[in-house]
Amino acid sequence: MTSINLRSSSAYIRKPDSALGVKLRTFRLSAWLGWQIESNWADPFLFAIYSIIKPLAGAAILVVMYSVITRADFDSPIFAYIYLGNAFYMYVGQVMTGISWAVIDDREHYKTLRYVYVSPIHYPTYLLGRGVARFLIASISVVVTIVFGMLFLHLQIDLASVDWGLLLLALTSGVIMLALMGLILASVMLLLVHHMWGLGDAVASALYLFSGAIFPLEVLPAFLRPVGYVMPLTYWLELMRRAMVGEIAQAFPTLAGYSNGELLGILIGMTVAFALVSGAVFRFCEHRAKERGLFDMISNY
Amino acid sequence: MSQDNASVQLRAVLEQEVKKYSGWRLFFQTVIARAYPRVIGQQREKSWMFFDIFLPILAVSAYVFVYRAIQAPEDYIGFVIMGGAMTSFWMNVLWGMSSQLYWEKETGNLALYIMAPNSMMAILLGMALGGIVATMLRASTIVILGSLLFKVSYAVVSFWQLVAVFGLAMIALYGMGMMFASIYLLLSREAWHFSNLAQEPVYLLSGFYFPIKNFNFWIALGASLIPLTMGLDAMRQLTFKSGASLGFLSVQVEMGVLLGLSAVFLIAARVLLRYMERLAIREGRLTESRR
Repeated sequence: MTSINLRSSSAYIRKPDSALGVKLRTFRLSAWLGWQIESNWADPFLFAIYSIIKPLAGAAILVVMYSVITRADFDSPIFAYIYLGNAFYMYVGQVMTGISWAVIDDREHYKTLRYVYVSPIHYPTYLLGRGVARFLIASISVVVTIVFGMLFLHLQIDLASVDWGLLLLALTSGVIMLALMGLILASVMLLLVHHMWGLGDAVASALYLFSGAIFPLEVLPAFLRPVGYVMPLTYWLELMRRAMVGEIAQAFPTLAGYSNGELLGILIGMTVAFALVSGAVFRFCEHRAKERGLFDMISNY
Repeated sequence: MSQDNASVQLRAVLEQEVKKYSGWRLFFQTVIARAYPRVIGQQREKSWMFFDIFLPILAVSAYVFVYRAIQAPEDYIGFVIMGGAMTSFWMNVLWGMSSQLYWEKETGNLALYIMAPNSMMAILLGMALGGIVATMLRASTIVILGSLLFKVSYAVVSFWQLVAVFGLAMIALYGMGMMFASIYLLLSREAWHFSNLAQEPVYLLSGFYFPIKNFNFWIALGASLIPLTMGLDAMRQLTFKSGASLGFLSVQVEMGVLLGLSAVFLIAARVLLRYMERLAIREGRLTESRR
C-alpha cells in the first residue's frame, strides 16, 4: 500500500533540471526580474522619456562642442566617428555597469542577495540575466540617438550599404564581452561595501577615454595609446563603425591596417579570454565572500 | 528619600553642564553641527575623494581630447576643465542637497530632525555650507590637476570680481538645492531618478563644456535659471583671454541675475520647506519608506 502511494506521489515530484536547464531558467527569470526592477518606477511614457532624454543630451553635448569649433561641418568623417562611437558606448555603461550594480542593488537596497544566492539557481547566470533589461534600454537609446543624428544632423548613414551581417556579429560578440566584463566587476563588488558604487562608473569612464570612443587613439599622448590597443572595446567600436559607415570609419589610421575579419577575430579571441577570466574571478571572489561572510552584509551607506 | 536626592543632584549637574541655546545661537549651532559631518566625514572616506576627483578628471580628459581632435583653440581646453570642476558642485547639489532629506527619511533620521528643537532651515544651511567647503576641495584639485596635465593658461581680469561671481553662484546654486530638498521630500524614490535625469541635460544647457553664447538667446536665457549657467559664463569671461568675446551677457549683468536668483531660491526654500513639512506630517509620510 505504502509503496503504491509513494509511486503515485512521485508523479508529482518534478524531475531536477539539468545543469543547462538550470542556467536557462535562471537567465530567463533574472532577465524578467531585471526588467521589472528597471521599468516599475514610472509609467511607460516617463520611462521612455528617461531613456531618451539622458542619452540624447549626452550626445548633444558632443554635437554642440563639435559644431562650435567646426561651424557645424557635419559632413566631415570625424563627426560620424565621434557620434557613432558615443552612441554605441551607451552599451558599455548600461550592460557592464548594470550587471555589477545588481549585486549592490540586491544586497543593500532590496536586501535579497542572501535569498537569491541560496535559491536553486546558477548565480553567475543570474547576474548576466540582470543585464538583459539594461541591454534593451541601451538599445532603445542607441537607436534613437542614431536616428536623431540621421534626421537632424546629416549623419551620413546609407541604410542600403550598412553591413548588417557584420553589425549583428560585432554587436553580439561585443555585448557578450561587455556582459563578461560586467561579471568580473560584479564579482569584485561581492567583496566591496556599498559606497564603492562608483567603481563601475570609474571603469566605464576609463574605457571611454582609452578606447577611442569619441576621438581617434592618435590624439592620445603616445605613451597612453598602448592602453587603447589592449582593450577589446577599441576593436568592437571600430567594427561597429565599419559596419555602419564602412569607408568613413576606415579613413582613420588607428586600425586601418586590419581587415574586418581580423578585427572580428581579435574581438572574439578577447571575448573567449574574458569568459575564462570572468569564471576564475567569480569563483575566487565568491569563495572570499563566503569566507568573510559578505553575502548577507549590509553596509548601510 | 535618597532617590529624590540623587535626582535633584543629577538635575543640578545637567543644568550646570548642558546649556540650552535658543534663537540665533541655536540656529548657528545647528548650522555648524550639520556642516561638521559634511566636511570631516567626507574627508575621512578616502575612496569617495578618489571617485569624486578621478571620475570628473576622466570625463574632462575625454572632452579635452575631443577638442584636440577637432583642433579647437586652447582656451576651450580651459573651458572644459573649469566646467568639469563645476560638475562637482552640481553633483553635490543633486545628491548631497536635493536628495538628502529623502535619504534621511529612508534611514529614519528625518523624523528625528523634525522632532528636535531646531530649525529645519538651519539644517539645510548646514548641509549647504558643509557641501560647499567639502566640494571646493575636490573642485580645486580638478582645476589644478587638469591645468597641469593639459597646460592651461589663464588671464584673470579681476580676482575680486571672480571671487564675488563664484560666491554668488554658490549661494544661488545651494539655495536651489535647499529648495529642491523640500520638494524631494514628497517625491520619494522618484527623487533618485530625477537626480539621475538632471545630469547630462543640465551639463548641456548650462554650457559646462562650451560657451552658452552658441545657443539661441532665449534658450540661453532659459538655461540661466540654473545658477551655474551664469556663474560659469561670468567666470570664463574673467579667467580666459577669449572669455569676454565668448560671454553671453556682461559680467555685471550676470552678477545681478545671480543675486536675484539667490534671493528667490532662498526665500522659496524657506516657504516650500514649511509647506512640505506640514504636508508630510499631515499625510504621515515622514516615516514612510517606499522601495
